[in-house]
Amino acid sequence: MTLRELRPGQSALIHEVDANQPGVVRLMVLGLIEGVEVQYQNSAIGGDPMEVSVFGTAISVRKQQADCFQISPISPNV
Amino acid sequence: MSEPITASVPVSEIGIRRRAATSIAVIGNPNSGKSTLFNRLTGLRQTTGNYPGVTVEKHSGTVQLNDSALELVDLPGIYCLGGFSADERIAVDVVLGRVDGTAPPDGLLVVLDATHLYQGLYLLQQLMEMQVPLVVALTMTDVAISNGIDISIEVLQRHLGGIQICPVVATTGRGLDGLKAALEAVTGATAPALPESWPELSTTADDLAGKMGGHLPRIDVIQALIHPESKRAAVLDKHLDPETISQIRTRLFGDEPPQAAEARHRYSWVRSVLREAQRQAPLLDRFGARTLRWFNRPWPATIMFFAVMALVFQAVFSWATPMMDGIDSAATLLADQVSSLLPPGALSSFITDGVIAGVGSVIVFLPQILILFLFIIVLEDSGFLARAAFLMDRIMRSVGLSGQSVIPMLSSFACAVPAIMATRVIPNRRDRIATILAAPFMTCSARLPVYALLIAAFVPDESVGWFNLQGLVLLGLYLLGILGGLLTAWMLKRSALRGPKPHFALALPEFRWPNLQTVFIKLMDRARIFLKRAGTVIFTVAIIVWALAYFPRSVDIPLRLSSDISQAELTLVGESLEAEKKRLENTAAADQLAQSYLGRAGRLVEPVFAPLGWDWRVSAAVIAGFPAREVVVAVMGTIYAVGAEAEESSLTEKLRSAQWPDGRPIFNLPMVLGLLLFYAWCLQCAATIAIIRRETNSWRWPVLAWTYMTTIGYVGALLIFQLGTRMIT
Repeated sequence: MTLRELRPGQSALIHEVDANQPGVVRLMVLGLIEGVEVQYQNSAIGGDPMEVSVFGTAISVRKQQADCFQISPISPNV
Repeated sequence: MSEPITASVPVSEIGIRRRAATSIAVIGNPNSGKSTLFNRLTGLRQTTGNYPGVTVEKHSGTVQLNDSALELVDLPGIYCLGGFSADERIAVDVVLGRVDGTAPPDGLLVVLDATHLYQGLYLLQQLMEMQVPLVVALTMTDVAISNGIDISIEVLQRHLGGIQICPVVATTGRGLDGLKAALEAVTGATAPALPESWPELSTTADDLAGKMGGHLPRIDVIQALIHPESKRAAVLDKHLDPETISQIRTRLFGDEPPQAAEARHRYSWVRSVLREAQRQAPLLDRFGARTLRWFNRPWPATIMFFAVMALVFQAVFSWATPMMDGIDSAATLLADQVSSLLPPGALSSFITDGVIAGVGSVIVFLPQILILFLFIIVLEDSGFLARAAFLMDRIMRSVGLSGQSVIPMLSSFACAVPAIMATRVIPNRRDRIATILAAPFMTCSARLPVYALLIAAFVPDESVGWFNLQGLVLLGLYLLGILGGLLTAWMLKRSALRGPKPHFALALPEFRWPNLQTVFIKLMDRARIFLKRAGTVIFTVAIIVWALAYFPRSVDIPLRLSSDISQAELTLVGESLEAEKKRLENTAAADQLAQSYLGRAGRLVEPVFAPLGWDWRVSAAVIAGFPAREVVVAVMGTIYAVGAEAEESSLTEKLRSAQWPDGRPIFNLPMVLGLLLFYAWCLQCAATIAIIRRETNSWRWPVLAWTYMTTIGYVGALLIFQLGTRMIT
């Protein structure tokens, strides 16, 4: 499952990041790395880009890059 | 021998201002409250200068301490020493002492936002590798407490090798004394401990720096390893065996981008430290937080964005118009005063029509620009603009840009000059240039007087359904500008600026009430930039246009005028005499303009513009408008012999009755629509050309922008006039 499939209010643990894809390093510099918990907050109309939070900071992620983050959900759909 | 008598009084108490001998760079994440803290510490004792050879302004100020003074340098916010955008790169270059002619800072004031320690500690770890004295200011501690975040400073300090951490609330000034005391001690302090987050990198850097024997300091060695394409990497390869260096890189970073490996190491460490040092109490689901969350949902947020922008524009025009009228009448009054004091002639005309009108044409834009920027700064500091970028990203992507181009484009509705400067936040150079070339299409405040004149004169004041036709045409012109800008970006991104799609990774700040002092200082700063960058150019071209319209002077015209006036005095008295005098004077002024350099130029280029339906008068006004489009209305006033300061209604009247020699009206609907389109798309602004040159550091882009915009303006006007004329007949 990738970050793209996260649902509103759902939290997940990132367990693998494909750093070689374009645009991913900038997200890693903002703290989206293996082992951190992310939560889906919001999105723009159409669901892209999406807003996920990590340690209380909201970060905008396009779906294209969201596919590069493998996650495992840790809370059920709210 | 008696003991010498000594007494000590703290300098701050006797009001002596010391000169700063030490320079401290203020560095932190974007939205960390860095600028508010900087303003708190330095008050209004700030200066803005330029870094030699770099387009970014240097903001510095002096902070008075008990026994000394420090120079603080405020820098754009960054998340890492990687430097993706022009703004970020200048911050990194200043911190690392790479700006030519500028000494590296003696120490750092690192601003950490207590509510976003995660990203802040990452940057701090990178900065600690520099091994220069540093002090940490922990801002937003009040917000952290109300958000249920509990931070143990002792635990943090233990993991950071005991560096000074001063909790502050920049908005109220709490904790500033402690911070100042820490800053006082920073001079001559020892370097901080090495960061704990990636010991392998630290020891490798020390090892390599030792082998380089002082050719490259350890922080530059780290930068050279992480950025293999950089100049520093070349230095490293020159002095040491490139093969060994490449092996070291593989050992440290594997086969992934070095910055990714760095993020993994350091953020893992930050995460474990935060687990120990920070506790998050469960948040109460307060009404305010719930409301904000609801407004951040896709549709409410998007509708809110458009509603706020509509309100802003409405406010800008309804508040600015009375002030602009006031400035206009003040300039006219002053000009009248001067011309009544001075004998008529070149000097009087130079001062009234050149200098006063030139200064007036600069400051007349200030109300609109200040009000619009006030809104933009408030929206920026409250976190709204970052949200706007997020919401508009999808639309901007369809023309090959990203949400980050939205903010400059919004500023461009006031003036393209500061808008083009605001593109510095865009990471990719191609995307930045595409945005720079799209921005001048937006309807800036200088286009409005021309639109207002032509619409009032030629678009009927009728209702179409719920709307007013004149309002609809104005709206159409705004949309035409947006369309032109977006199409331009789209075409550029498919041709000259083709490249990978821009990425969009942005931290979205939460809603925050803006700080008044910070807003005020930013506003003054932008006003100063407008006056300096745009004002000087507009003033200069106003003088040049005046000279072209004034010289050469005909001797016959004044002679004929005085004989005509004598004639009139024989037959007319009272008010009708005054009216006739005024008419004769205006006709004489129009005759003078007709044979001036500007008038001759108008006749010279008339054949070029004739296919657009323009006569020599319109052509001359358009030529005069190329350096600064706002002079067009005044030139038309003179050229149509109603006087430059005439009431709009009399100029409207003249335009309506203007005829070709064969009696056809010059201003018919196709011609006016074409002229409006020409103004919407043509790049008639020397200040914009100058700023494009400055920001892109090449003549190529301003020349391209000018040629391209003039061409499509001309072709568009030509098509509308020719097709429209055929449809009518």
